[in-house]
Amino acid sequence: MQQINRALSFAKFVLVSCLLTSFSAQAETPEEKGLRIAQERKASDQGWGNSESHTLMILRNASGDESVREMRIRALEVSGDGDKGLTIFDKPRDVAGTLFLNHSHINEADDQWLYLPALKRIKRIASRNKSGPFMGSEFSYEDLVSFEVEKFTYKFLREEDYQVFKTDVVESIPTDKYSGYSRQISWIDQKHARVHKIEFYDRKNALLKTLTFSDYKLYKNKFWRAHLSKMVNHQTGKSTDLVTEQISFDVGLDEADFARNALLRIR
Amino acid sequence: MFFAPDNKQLATFEQMEARFSKNDNVSIIIVPQSANVYTPESLAIIQEVTEAAWQIPFSTRVDSLTNFQHTEAEQDDLLVRPLVDEFQEHEISVQQAKQIEQIALNEPSLINRIVAPDGSASMVNVTVHLPDDLQKTANIIQVAEFARGLKSKIEKKYSDHKVYLSGIVMLNNSLFEEALKDIFTLVPVMFLLIMVLLVILLRSLWLTLATVTVITFAVFSTMGFAGWIAIQLTIATISVPTVVMTLAVADSVHVIVSTQYFLAQGKDKTSAILAALKSNLSPIFITSATTAVGFLTFNFSDVPPLVDLGNLVALGVMLAFIFSVTVLPSLLYFIPIDSAKSSQVRQQNLWMQKYAQWVIKHYRHLLPVTSIGILALSGLIFLNRINDVPTDYFDKNIKFRQAADFSDEHLTGMTMLGVALDTGTGGGINSPNFLAKVEQFAIWIRKQHDVDHVETLSDTYKRLNKNMHGDLDEYYRLPESQPLAAQFLLLYEMSLPYGLDLNNQLNIDKSSIRLTIAMDNLGSSRILELESMIHQWFKTNAPEVEVTTSSPSLMFAHIGQANMQSMLVGSVLALVLISVLLIFALKSIRYGCISLIPNLVPAAIGFGIWGLFHGQINLGLSVVTSLCLGIVVDDTVHFLKKYKLARDQGNNAQQAVEFAFASVGRALWITTLVLASGFFVLAQSDFALNGDMGLLTALIIVIALVVDFIFLPAFLLLFDKKHAASEVSDYATNK
Repeated sequence: MQQINRALSFAKFVLVSCLLTSFSAQAETPEEKGLRIAQERKASDQGWGNSESHTLMILRNASGDESVREMRIRALEVSGDGDKGLTIFDKPRDVAGTLFLNHSHINEADDQWLYLPALKRIKRIASRNKSGPFMGSEFSYEDLVSFEVEKFTYKFLREEDYQVFKTDVVESIPTDKYSGYSRQISWIDQKHARVHKIEFYDRKNALLKTLTFSDYKLYKNKFWRAHLSKMVNHQTGKSTDLVTEQISFDVGLDEADFARNALLRIR
Repeated sequence: MFFAPDNKQLATFEQMEARFSKNDNVSIIIVPQSANVYTPESLAIIQEVTEAAWQIPFSTRVDSLTNFQHTEAEQDDLLVRPLVDEFQEHEISVQQAKQIEQIALNEPSLINRIVAPDGSASMVNVTVHLPDDLQKTANIIQVAEFARGLKSKIEKKYSDHKVYLSGIVMLNNSLFEEALKDIFTLVPVMFLLIMVLLVILLRSLWLTLATVTVITFAVFSTMGFAGWIAIQLTIATISVPTVVMTLAVADSVHVIVSTQYFLAQGKDKTSAILAALKSNLSPIFITSATTAVGFLTFNFSDVPPLVDLGNLVALGVMLAFIFSVTVLPSLLYFIPIDSAKSSQVRQQNLWMQKYAQWVIKHYRHLLPVTSIGILALSGLIFLNRINDVPTDYFDKNIKFRQAADFSDEHLTGMTMLGVALDTGTGGGINSPNFLAKVEQFAIWIRKQHDVDHVETLSDTYKRLNKNMHGDLDEYYRLPESQPLAAQFLLLYEMSLPYGLDLNNQLNIDKSSIRLTIAMDNLGSSRILELESMIHQWFKTNAPEVEVTTSSPSLMFAHIGQANMQSMLVGSVLALVLISVLLIFALKSIRYGCISLIPNLVPAAIGFGIWGLFHGQINLGLSVVTSLCLGIVVDDTVHFLKKYKLARDQGNNAQQAVEFAFASVGRALWITTLVLASGFFVLAQSDFALNGDMGLLTALIIVIALVVDFIFLPAFLLLFDKKHAASEVSDYATNK
C-alpha cells in the first residue's frame, strides 16, 4: 500500500515538474528557474510537524585527530516563519545539560538562548553573528538552521549528473549581509528535491567548504532525511561529520516546549 | 622551502598548524597624521581596510580594532558585537570613537598589538593560509601585491593616513624581491667590472670575450640543467651562477695567462696554446674535481636548497673545466692574440719574478710575522656569534624594513612564538587548575624583556566570567569550575562570526590551547633563549603540562642556527676532504697536509676579521666559505702543483718557489683582483644576505692570495728544505 502511494505521489510529482518545466521552458530566466527549484525544495518538505533526533558531531583536524560531540535535537516546524529548535548537549561532559534554543526567522535576526546548568541561568545570545563555528565544528549556525526560500536569491546554473542522481545545480546568494558566505552552489536532485551537495564560497569568492549529504532515509512516507552530512573545509583541511543516529517524528512537541521558559524545566 | 621533509622543527610546526590554524600573516599598519586612531575618520578607514583585507588571496582571518568582538552583559544577555559594525547605518560618532578608545585601552588582547598604547597607530592583522604547493613563491607574491594595491589605494584616498605593510608574508616577499633586485642591478655591474678588469689585466678585449664565453657556457648550461630537472630557485641556489662564474674565470685566466706566458717566451701561437693546456690540464682538473667533491658533501645537509646548491655547483665546476680546456683553446686559436702586447705581459711576469725573489730573501722574517698574524686573526673567530635577525637583512631604506621597525617601535615586532599547552585530556583546558597555570605563565612571560604582547585564552575566560556576572569588575577572574568555564566558552564560541573564531587558540577536543607571544624583532639566539626559558618555566611550575613551542620565527631561528652550523662545519670538512684528495692528486702526503693551511686559513682569518668588526653571522655568511672554496682551492692547487713539479725535476725549494710564481703567479693575482672587485660590488647591496656575503667573500679571496703569496712560500722555504735532498735522491733513484 505504502509502495503504491509512494509511486503515485512520485508519478504526480514527476508529471507536475514535467509540466512546469515544459510550460516555463521558453519564458523562464535562470533566476526564475532557480527560485522555482528552491520553492519546490521547500514545498517537498512541508508538514513534517515535529521531531527529535539523536545526533553525533565528529570533528576532525587536518592530521586526522577526532573529537566527538553528542546531542539531542528537538525541532518544531513553524509555518510562515523559520522553524524552532532545541538542542540538548550530552557530550563533552563539561557541557552536558547545556541547552540551546533557537527561533529562526525569515526576515529578522534569529532569537537564540542558552541555558547554562553550571550557572543555572538562561543567557540570550545577543549577536547578529551566525557564521562562526558551531561547537568548534566546521558547521556554522547558519548551515544548520532550517532552509527558507526567502533567505537567498537564486540562479539556476545547469543540469548535472551527481552520482546516480539527475540534479539541478543552483547558485544561491544569501540575503542576510551578516552571512559568512558570498554564495552557495547546491546540487538538488530532480526526483525528490533533495540536496546532495553544497559548496560554500567565502567573502573573497574562494571555495571554503563542501557539504555532502548521504544515507538519505524516507520518513512519514514523504520526508527525506540525510543521516550523514559531511562538511569539509578546503582551506584548513578540517572536517566535521554530522551523524543522525536516530530520528523520530510526531514526538508530541508543541510551541510551549520551545518557549524560553521551557529551558528551566528540561533535564 | 628551506626544510627537509624530516626536519624536526618543521614537523613540530606542521603538527601545531594542523591542531590549531596557520599563522602566516600580513599586517597592515594604519598611521593617522593626527597620531590618534580614535577618531571617527580613522576608525572608518580601519573599518574599510578590515573589509578590504578579507579580499586578500588566501586570507582566513582578519583581526582589527573595528572588528574586535567586544562582549558585555546586558541584563541576562551576552552582547557580542564588533566595535564597529560593518553594516551599521549611522556614521561613527565622536562618542562611539571615545567608547572604542575606553574599551581598547582596557583590553589586553588589543593593546600593543592591534593598537598602539598611545593610540598613534593601529594594525589590521590578516592571517593567510598558503597552500603547500610548488606555487608557494608565486602565492606569496600574489598576496604581497594585493596588500600593496590596498596600501596605495588607501594612501591615495586618505592623504593624511600612512599605511605600512609588515608580517611574515611581506618578509618572505621582500627576501625574494631584494635577492632578485640585486640580480638585475648589482650582479650585472659586478659582471661588467669583472670584464673591464680582465680587459685591462689581460691586455686584450678578445681574450676577455673568450673568458666571457666560457663563463656564459658554464653558467647557462648549469642553470639550464637546473631548470630541466626543475630545481627551485631559492636564496641558496640563486648563488649558483656566482660560484660557477668564479671558477670559470679562474680556469680561463689560467689557460690564457699561460698561453701569454709561453708566447712571451717566444713560442708560436699553436705551440703556446698546447703548452698552456699541457701545463694547466692537470691542476685545473684537480681543482675542479676536488671542488666538485667538496660541494657534493652538501648532500649530507638536511636543507634541500643547500643540497641543490652543492649538486649544481659540482656540475657547474666540472662544466667550467670542460669548457675551459675545449672551447677556450679553440677560441684562442682563432682570435688574434696581439704579440705586441707580449712586452707588457713580460713586464707583469717580471714583477712576479722580482716579488718571488723578495719573498725568498725575507722568508725568515715573513714566516713568523705572518704566522702570528694568522694565529691572532684566526683566534678572533670566536668573537662571532651565530645570530640571524631577518629584519636586519634589509637596509633601512627598504620599505619593508621601515614597516618592520615602525611596527616594532609602536605596536609589536614581527617575532612570534606559538606556545601550545597540552593537558592530555579532552576538555582539559577548562579545568581551573590548568587555567590558573596558564594565567601565571602569561603574567610571567609578559614581564620578560622583548615581549610585546601575549594572546591568551585566560584573558578571554576572565572577561567572560565578568560578563556573566553582570559586568562586575570583581568577577574579572578565572571561572571557578570546569563546567562553568566550558559553558562560558560554548556560549562565547556560538556568538562569534566567521573568521574570528577561537580555532586558532583551541584544538578540536579542547585538550590543548595555544598562546601567541609577539616580541620585538629579535635575532635567532635570543628567540632560542626565550624558548628554553619558557620550557624551563613549565618544568618548574607546571610539569604536568606538555609544552610545544613553534612559529615561523622559531623555525627560522632553529633552522638558521642548525644550518649555519652545518654549513660552516660542512665547508670546513669539504676543505679538509679536498686536502686529503690532494694527497692523491699531488701524489704526496706532505704537500697534501701542507695544503690544509692555505685551504683553511683564509676563511679562518676572514671570519676572524668579521668577528672583530661585526660579530654576527647570518644565513648569508654561512655560504661564504663555500663560495670561496673553489677559488681558495684553485690558488692552493696551482701553486703547489707547480712547486712540486719544479721539486720533482730536482730543483730546491727556492728555485721551485721562483718557478711557481713565474708560471702561475700572474694568473693567481689577476683572478683574485678580478673576483674580489666583483664581490666588492655585491657588498654594496642593501640586502645584507648579499651585501655581507659579498664583502666577506671579497675579503677571503684576497686573504687567500696573501696566504699563498707570503705564508705558503715562506713555509715551504723553511720546512721543505730538509726533504729537498732526499726527494731529489728519491727522484734520482727512481730514475
